Amino acid sequence: MKSVLLNIILALIAAPLLPGIINRVKAVFAGRKGQPLLQLYYDLHKLLKKSAVFSSATTFFFWVGPLAGFAVLAGSLLVVPQAQGKSLVQFPGDIILFVYLFGVMRFFAVVSAMDTGSSFEGMGASREIQFAVFAEPALFVGLVTLARKTANLSLSGIYSSFSWHDGTILMLVSAAFFIIFLAENSRLPVDDPNTHLELTMIHEVMVLDHSGPDLAIIFYSASLKLWILGSLVVGAIIPMHTGNIIFDELIFLSGIAALSLAVGIVESCMARLKLLKVPQLLIAGFALAMLALIFQIM
Amino acid sequence: MLINILITFLLITNIGAVASSRLTYCIKIVAAQGVVIGILPCIIYGEFALLPIVIAIFTITVKGIVFPLLLGWSLKTAQVAREVEPLVSYPFSIITAVLIFILSFWLGSRLSLPASFCGYLLVPVAFSTIMTGLFLIVSRVKALTQVLGYLIMENGIYAFGVALLREQPLLVELGVLLDMFVAVFVMGIAIFHISREFDHIDTHVLDNLSDRIPTDIRPTEET
Repeated sequence: MKSVLLNIILALIAAPLLPGIINRVKAVFAGRKGQPLLQLYYDLHKLLKKSAVFSSATTFFFWVGPLAGFAVLAGSLLVVPQAQGKSLVQFPGDIILFVYLFGVMRFFAVVSAMDTGSSFEGMGASREIQFAVFAEPALFVGLVTLARKTANLSLSGIYSSFSWHDGTILMLVSAAFFIIFLAENSRLPVDDPNTHLELTMIHEVMVLDHSGPDLAIIFYSASLKLWILGSLVVGAIIPMHTGNIIFDELIFLSGIAALSLAVGIVESCMARLKLLKVPQLLIAGFALAMLALIFQIM
Repeated sequence: MLINILITFLLITNIGAVASSRLTYCIKIVAAQGVVIGILPCIIYGEFALLPIVIAIFTITVKGIVFPLLLGWSLKTAQVAREVEPLVSYPFSIITAVLIFILSFWLGSRLSLPASFCGYLLVPVAFSTIMTGLFLIVSRVKALTQVLGYLIMENGIYAFGVALLREQPLLVELGVLLDMFVAVFVMGIAIFHISREFDHIDTHVLDNLSDRIPTDIRPTEET
């Protein structure tokens, strides 16, 4: 119980560090010095002191969007297994809840983007949904594979019971999860988080009209989402449970850090895919998850 | 464990070959597949006698080094970088590859084969490699990709042989390798000639060489 609470508190505190690590890796690759590791904390602090500006075209949905998104994300933080593969809340079937919590979060992001009436934000919203259509089944198939592998229907049950022996399936599923992780967090081969040209962005364009504390919440939610989906990937790649809280916590944290490192490296080495190519990548992720499922069933 | 990972890798290279439009990348994937195929028998039988190692070295040299160089050369002379318009789109190709895999699992479970040495995985994967190669041959336009499809198909046949026969005579192995070498060599030359003659290596234009009069030069009735 203690370790589970520790997990959640750590996630809430340390999540904004991940974008810092990614940016630092990218800076090192590009030969720059890079922004401080804690930059996002400074940004959040700055944004929270400001006041939000609301366009007169917006309604209730616009300001409720970021808050509801964060609330939903916090809900999924309770379900997701972290160190030792344990989560605070678990019940049979929470894999479905987990996937749909992300669906709800996406719904609020899209609704609040559409609410501004800006054509650019509508475009971003449409792309976000289009890619989600491909990413969601892949996530589902991956989770179903693991559920069948371990004969367990709750996320933490699944993540606490498999080990290295399931090598092939874990390899395929974690590859699929990594692709979904990049797509859901709007990282590079799918979406460029740095670009500020509306025509090419997906996630960033949806939050253009938010300001002040709302924007802070959105940034914070984005980093938390990185952490939550990251712990799914890390749990599948490193299925190691020593039983000692400190060791497990250290393994998990270094896994998350290594994952951000990997994201940074991927972002430094790859260019963004053409928009038309993105579904192909996501279908490849789906195919990997599907192969794992076939391996498991046969 | 290691065997399963190698077999999975084989499967992933199939999907990679079907999913990528860049020909250089495709060649690299097929080369990687050739190397995996080459070390497969040594790993599966767990014996490191002279003969299997000689065969493995030969296979890896031919499939992993000679073929890629040869195909890279014909790629350079043909001056194409990528498959532009395949007959089956890339996302659909990936799905087809998965469907082929399901089908070959079903096939593998229906066949009553003599006891295999390497678990249940290698036979279906070999089947799906063969069929993926065939699929690549029929669904792509560029001659080079079709050669790659042929190579993938051959890899599948080789893997199937590895799954069933414990020992293949050296002579048979070397004969097959020599055959493939000649085939790829001839195909490389053919690609070179096609590209010199037509300025591209799209095979569907070769239809015009048949006896049927092409529609665009058929005399119209009004004259």
